[in-house]
Amino acid sequence: MAKKPKKNKRRDFLQLSTVTLGAVGTAAFIWPFLKSMSPAEDTLAAGSTEVDISAIEEGQSITIKWRGKPVFIKKRTKEEIDAAKMVQASDLRDPQDDSDRVQKEEWLVLVGVCTHLGCVPLGQKVSDMKGEYDGWYCPCHGSHYDTSGRIRKGPAPKNLDIPPYAFLNDNTIKIG
Amino acid sequence: MDKNRKVHQFKNPVLNWIEFRLPIISYFKKEYGDYPMPKNCNYFWSFGALATITLITMIVSGIFLAMNYTPHTDMAFDSVERIMRDVNYGWLMRYIHSNGASFFFIIVYIHIVRAMYFGSYKYPRELNWILGVFIFLLMMATSFLGYTLPWGQMSYWGATVITNLFSAIPIIGEGLKTWLLGDYNVGNATLNRFFALHYVLPFVIFGVVALHVAAVHVHGSNNPDGIEIKSNKDSVNFFPYMLIKDTVAMCAFGVAISAVIFFGPNLMSEVDNYIPADPLVTPAHIVPNWYLAPFYAILRAVPDKLGGVLLMFGAIAILFVLPWLDRSKVRSCNYRPMYKWFMMGFFVNFFALGYVGMLPAEGLYLLIARVGLLYYFGFFFIITPFVGWIEKPSKLPLSISDVYAKNIMPNIGAGEAGMPSPAMQKDTNL
Repeated sequence: MAKKPKKNKRRDFLQLSTVTLGAVGTAAFIWPFLKSMSPAEDTLAAGSTEVDISAIEEGQSITIKWRGKPVFIKKRTKEEIDAAKMVQASDLRDPQDDSDRVQKEEWLVLVGVCTHLGCVPLGQKVSDMKGEYDGWYCPCHGSHYDTSGRIRKGPAPKNLDIPPYAFLNDNTIKIG
Repeated sequence: MDKNRKVHQFKNPVLNWIEFRLPIISYFKKEYGDYPMPKNCNYFWSFGALATITLITMIVSGIFLAMNYTPHTDMAFDSVERIMRDVNYGWLMRYIHSNGASFFFIIVYIHIVRAMYFGSYKYPRELNWILGVFIFLLMMATSFLGYTLPWGQMSYWGATVITNLFSAIPIIGEGLKTWLLGDYNVGNATLNRFFALHYVLPFVIFGVVALHVAAVHVHGSNNPDGIEIKSNKDSVNFFPYMLIKDTVAMCAFGVAISAVIFFGPNLMSEVDNYIPADPLVTPAHIVPNWYLAPFYAILRAVPDKLGGVLLMFGAIAILFVLPWLDRSKVRSCNYRPMYKWFMMGFFVNFFALGYVGMLPAEGLYLLIARVGLLYYFGFFFIITPFVGWIEKPSKLPLSISDVYAKNIMPNIGAGEAGMPSPAMQKDTNL
């Protein structure tokens, strides 16, 4: 490339630095606006819930609300645990061992939102349909989940999500 | 359809494709690229651009505030406090919006002062001036509606006082007031409709601004000497010259408004508005926003309810007919030795009215407001029409470039009746 006269170089530099500074300034101005749309501090503070689980009987499941979504907390029976453990992970659509999905064997904690299109699966009540694998069944488009909340049949691509949770003591779970 | 329409040709085929179907690119090139600006325009001519930028900033920050605001009497105040404390950068949105409103008025007042001092409202730009007064009116309405939304004490009582103005109208007044409020008092119905209107009016303003800008582009901008462009020696292209100049003004404005937003965000607001609205207790001293204070002073200066309301609205309405009250053919006050001082007096008077409008209406303040009121209307009805008659304006330069010729070589310009020397007629600045 031919060498430009000195004067033009100087002008190019000024133009480039002005445009760059303007772009950086605009981005810096836009950022707070975009950030204001993400969850506010009080929403984040409401993002964790403590649940007393002492009253839940074996085989019983409760639904609580966490971040506006239903969370299933189930105290599984011996048979259900065994049924979940017997399955070979490699046979599954979303391969996962039961032991990777629980912290304590008898306690299963799931986000009760079907991974297909966001409906709430049935199976919490005794009278509910529980699907072919005796876990949960989504009435919207017919996805079947097993006793570990894993997808076994139907259109859903993934297992039911496990929310972040911790046992504060034997009777209390903190979700979130 | 005009078959002979000449389509602009660009190098870029995409631009050509668009241009053939919608000649928007050549429009922008004509109106914002090659558009001739008088080359003597000073920084006063940047305030139109600044006002547009501020309007856009107000609309954007307002939309983001609305995402977190609740227009309900029980929740409005708390939702604003939530914006201040919990919403990410909510404090910034709100301080941009509240101080932006003040700065919007500062800018528009300077813009109006510019138009009045340099006679921009005169032929052939009268309609432009009228559209501008409309924008000013819409701005006042919008800011009043917006001031109600935080639902603090000043919000509530400001809304009460202003809507009660309508009750001054004989016979239909009370009914009209109730209809405007949707209640017998400022209540939830009022807050809801004020929010709806506060949201939509800025877009109406934006539309009128578009007309305002389109109108000024027909005959071009006025300038400090108040004479038209006669040849291309008198003008420079909008791009890049005026764009860069406006950008410099914008940077200065950005520094000023940032200083207030970050270091004195409540300088121009009333502390009483941080007390939640209480329909049973009126604050000891109701203060309007500073930018409405001159008109508030006029309202209070009149010892009659209806009279005060009429004069207050009259003070704004009179602006519409200013182009016909002023009989002088000379635009710029720089060439009007008498009117210039009356004009300066008008600005000082307006400022004084605003000052006493923020103070209690008694004693000396009331007297100042009354004298100010007399001068305000006297300026329009007596001074403006008659000064044009008796005043002998100074000699106008023959052209804008002639002004520069005179400035550089005063002997030549003055000696030959304003004719610039041949040397100066050469276009030296491009």
